Amino acid sequence: MIRVVLPSHLRALAGIDGEVALDIPGPVTQCSVLDALEARYPALRGTIRGHGGGPRRAFIRFFACEQDLTHQAPDTPLPEPVASGAEPYLIVAAMAGG
Amino acid sequence: MSRVRVLVGTRKGAFVLSADGKRDSWEVSGPHFAGWEIYHVKGSPADADRLYASQCSGWSGQVIQRSDDGGTTWEPVGNQFRYDGIPGTHQWYDGTPHPWEFERVWHLEPSLEDPDTVYAGVEDAGLFRSADGGKHWDELPGLRGHGSGPSWQPGAGGMCLHTIILDPAHPGRMFAAISAAGAFRSDDAGQTWRPVNHGLKSEGIPDPDAEVGHCVHRIAMHPSRPDVLYMQKHWDVMRSDDAGESWREVSGNLPTDFGFPIDVHAHEPDTIYVVPITSDAEHFPPDGRLRVYRSRTGGDDWEPLTSGLPQQHCYVNVLRDAMAVDSLEDCGIYFGTTGGQVYASPDAGDTWAPIVRDLPAVLSVEVQTLP
Repeated sequence: MIRVVLPSHLRALAGIDGEVALDIPGPVTQCSVLDALEARYPALRGTIRGHGGGPRRAFIRFFACEQDLTHQAPDTPLPEPVASGAEPYLIVAAMAGG
Repeated sequence: MSRVRVLVGTRKGAFVLSADGKRDSWEVSGPHFAGWEIYHVKGSPADADRLYASQCSGWSGQVIQRSDDGGTTWEPVGNQFRYDGIPGTHQWYDGTPHPWEFERVWHLEPSLEDPDTVYAGVEDAGLFRSADGGKHWDELPGLRGHGSGPSWQPGAGGMCLHTIILDPAHPGRMFAAISAAGAFRSDDAGQTWRPVNHGLKSEGIPDPDAEVGHCVHRIAMHPSRPDVLYMQKHWDVMRSDDAGESWREVSGNLPTDFGFPIDVHAHEPDTIYVVPITSDAEHFPPDGRLRVYRSRTGGDDWEPLTSGLPQQHCYVNVLRDAMAVDSLEDCGIYFGTTGGQVYASPDAGDTWAPIVRDLPAVLSVEVQTLP
């Protein structure tokens, strides 16, 4: 089971309370995680990446296991602790403000 | 007794302000969609419980929300806005060609008859339509594609389609306005379009009376007299008596003819309202005095309305979609400021009072008059 943590504004949009647990058959990649996430929560389509698996939105970042995975290819396997559920996959709103 | 529901979009969420017909005691609901920019919230004229909201953020882009119970609960609907075909280019600020890129929905205009049909004016300027309650959106490409699109250039706030007016008397006639391209008219329900800017003069463009390139800030129409249009332009308040075929200036004795919103009294088609702003460089009221100006003659002769509005040290702005009127017997006028105040006048502008004072910067105000 894959654990996904979303930023608060997307949890509110999708009506999510806490972490999301996703069962992903096959390789666990950023793409397969986002596919499963959007399938369960259609309101998230277009808010993390473009529709239909399009490019990541510029101010959304992907972290896990204290690594920045943002710029990894979407089909790169995620770290084993994420695939095993030991560590969450973090979808993060980039720090911005002013 | 009739009621009013004021729909307020702000930089950090939406608010719904409700009152009975006296409009002296208000219930405030919100923030809805806290933290998101809400460019516009508008109700369907055909079903007052059906509301649409444009919600966006720099992180997560565009979301469209729909309510079927007057704003108590909301549901995200479709947010895919794809330009028709190969979108081509418009002019960038430096005059170079720039690809059309969807940024956000500025304005939502529900159909006059069908609650499931709604139009969206977007940045980069384009017009979209949904016929299924906002689930799916299709561009009406005849506007961008009528010929002048490649020469359009953004205003300082972006190249936005911010005004959509549906003519209740001439089926299929609609108007759209774009900063900084100008006003456009369709007579076939948005399939084909042509510029309607004859008479506009803009000194900030190379050819002051060009066919397109004018920074129109807002257009208003009274439904009983749809051939008469009022316009607040970047500079100049304008009027057309022939459905946009020609315009003449009616700025008259305004202290400045720069501003953003313009609106028409619900029962008096010659009574119009603007909020003069000092200049394009100074987006605040002249002399720090917040004054709505009313003309009872369709322009030219204007009177300041100040009772209840701050008359010193006031340096807020009132944005183009942030003024609205109700249709109670004593017409109410409403506007919101970038300082977070929403003011209401229950007597056509004679006196004003704040409904709320400390919201985030107000982007839009709409009013529903309910039975």
